[in-house]
Amino acid sequence: MAFELADILPALPEIILSAVALVLVLVAAYGGDGAANARRVAHLTLAGIVLAAIALLSMTSAQSTAFGGMFRADAFADYMKLLVLMGSFAAVFMSVTPLERDDINKPEFSLLVILALVGMMLMISANDLMSLYMAVELQSLPLYVVAAMRTNSLRSSEAGLKYFLLGALSSGMLLYGASLVYGFAGTTSFAGIAAAVSETDLPAGFIIGMVFMITGIAFKVSAAPFHMWTPDVYEGSPSPVTALFAIAPKVAAIALMLRLTYGAFGSIALEWSQVIMALSVASIVVGALGAIMQKDIKRMMAYSSIAHMGYALAGLAAGTHEGAFGVMIYMTSYVFMGAGTFAIILLMRRDGQSATRIADLRGLSKTQPLFALGLMVMMFSMAGIPPLAGFFGKWYVFLAAVNAGLVPLAVIGVVMSVVGAFYYLRIIKIMYFEDSEAPLDQDVPLANKLVLGVSMAVILLFFAGLNSIMDAANTATMALMAPF
Amino acid sequence: MLELSLNHYLTVSAMLFALGIFGIFLNRKNIITILMSIELMLLAVNINMVAFSAYNGDLEGQIFSLFILTVAAAEAAIGLAILVVFFRNRGSIAVEDVNVLKG
Repeated sequence: MAFELADILPALPEIILSAVALVLVLVAAYGGDGAANARRVAHLTLAGIVLAAIALLSMTSAQSTAFGGMFRADAFADYMKLLVLMGSFAAVFMSVTPLERDDINKPEFSLLVILALVGMMLMISANDLMSLYMAVELQSLPLYVVAAMRTNSLRSSEAGLKYFLLGALSSGMLLYGASLVYGFAGTTSFAGIAAAVSETDLPAGFIIGMVFMITGIAFKVSAAPFHMWTPDVYEGSPSPVTALFAIAPKVAAIALMLRLTYGAFGSIALEWSQVIMALSVASIVVGALGAIMQKDIKRMMAYSSIAHMGYALAGLAAGTHEGAFGVMIYMTSYVFMGAGTFAIILLMRRDGQSATRIADLRGLSKTQPLFALGLMVMMFSMAGIPPLAGFFGKWYVFLAAVNAGLVPLAVIGVVMSVVGAFYYLRIIKIMYFEDSEAPLDQDVPLANKLVLGVSMAVILLFFAGLNSIMDAANTATMALMAPF
Repeated sequence: MLELSLNHYLTVSAMLFALGIFGIFLNRKNIITILMSIELMLLAVNINMVAFSAYNGDLEGQIFSLFILTVAAAEAAIGLAILVVFFRNRGSIAVEDVNVLKG
């Protein structure tokens, strides 16, 4: 088999990022110690992400494969990769100043993020069990390390340890499932798997393998009942790392779930939709109820993200074109809500120390009215109040669920989003109607302002651009469901 | 004379995998044991892969198992590194001492 350029070209954005990562290893090693080098590596990382995004946008979005069919580029991959790139950009952009203030500004952080980003993009484009596994690991391993990045902090290292142990367990389950799927389908390629089974000809071993694989990815998505690691990791990791966790990897994991279910298991939707439905209901309930009693805002955001993943999975449970479409709209709003909320969580510092209790937000409306307004918009959007972005996400997801006959699921979702509204509105109450003795620090880095501004603009004007977003999501869904 | 069929391999592999899972959840002593259990799970998968590969008569499973071996090594290295950092802060690697974060 001769090597042809066309066989790697669809992976150009990933190749660019990998090359940037390799160069940055040298910059990090030889660029000297201290804050200046960390800042330089972070800026080069941002440049690399922009470069990859330009490459992604300038390529044709027609369906093509690379690496002998292991990698699939199409409109769906472009859409999801753009979300992941934007989320990672925001997370790295906002991380520079807080990491400096916490004195953990090492060049490794941006470097590991860029490697994880390559993993996430490969996950989105996975078209074979082997590339799926390698991509998941490439995404996970750097993230375990960044969770434990504050090496002199017990909480950070414990977060890293928990993340690693449960992540490794989930990889094991994913792999065991993959081995059974491979064995009973006789091939590792998604197209081959889809062709090998049908509703009438379905070996029991194949179903067991499929459930194991979905379980493994559910860990990465942090869907209940596989969510145990999420609150601890969110709370223990340094805030900029939590911001990254909350935005980018979730999108990649949901995209992988879509790829796997609609692609490899597309011919047996009846079997997996029940599993996904159970995950969805559990996540919605656990997320909504778990967040109520939380005192730490990062921990609350962890439960909030569990609930969000539950809503996204509700669309997936429908198993239809409409369902995947709803998931994509949901994830679009999720990225901007996450980025905007963490722009504010990252500025929560008092006397130079990070202060992330919810009570620390008291009186924010008086000391920093614009940020209080920003957080209010984010909370309203997360609660699903029209006409903000979060409402449209929930709307299309529930619409798909109802049209697919999953009325009980939609009812549980709507009821639980009322419960969820309670703790989102509580934050607004604390900001606006409670007074604080000690206000938060006032000097806010430019990055937070920019990210918050952009996120607010997107969330407030989501309805205005809804048609073009819907067009893009629709094209992406068609590409996802297109035969190989 | 017992003929070894695919099912025998799958049974051994399933037993090893279950041992790995139980090792993680029932083990109340040491985190190193959890790392060993994770390795056990991955090796159980490798038995599956190689057995299926031989039975199906293609090479994909064997190539897959080589990837798994490589990644398992990287994973163990990262896990041990995080464990060392944790030990420096906590002074213990007992499972019951991983308890600072909860709520």
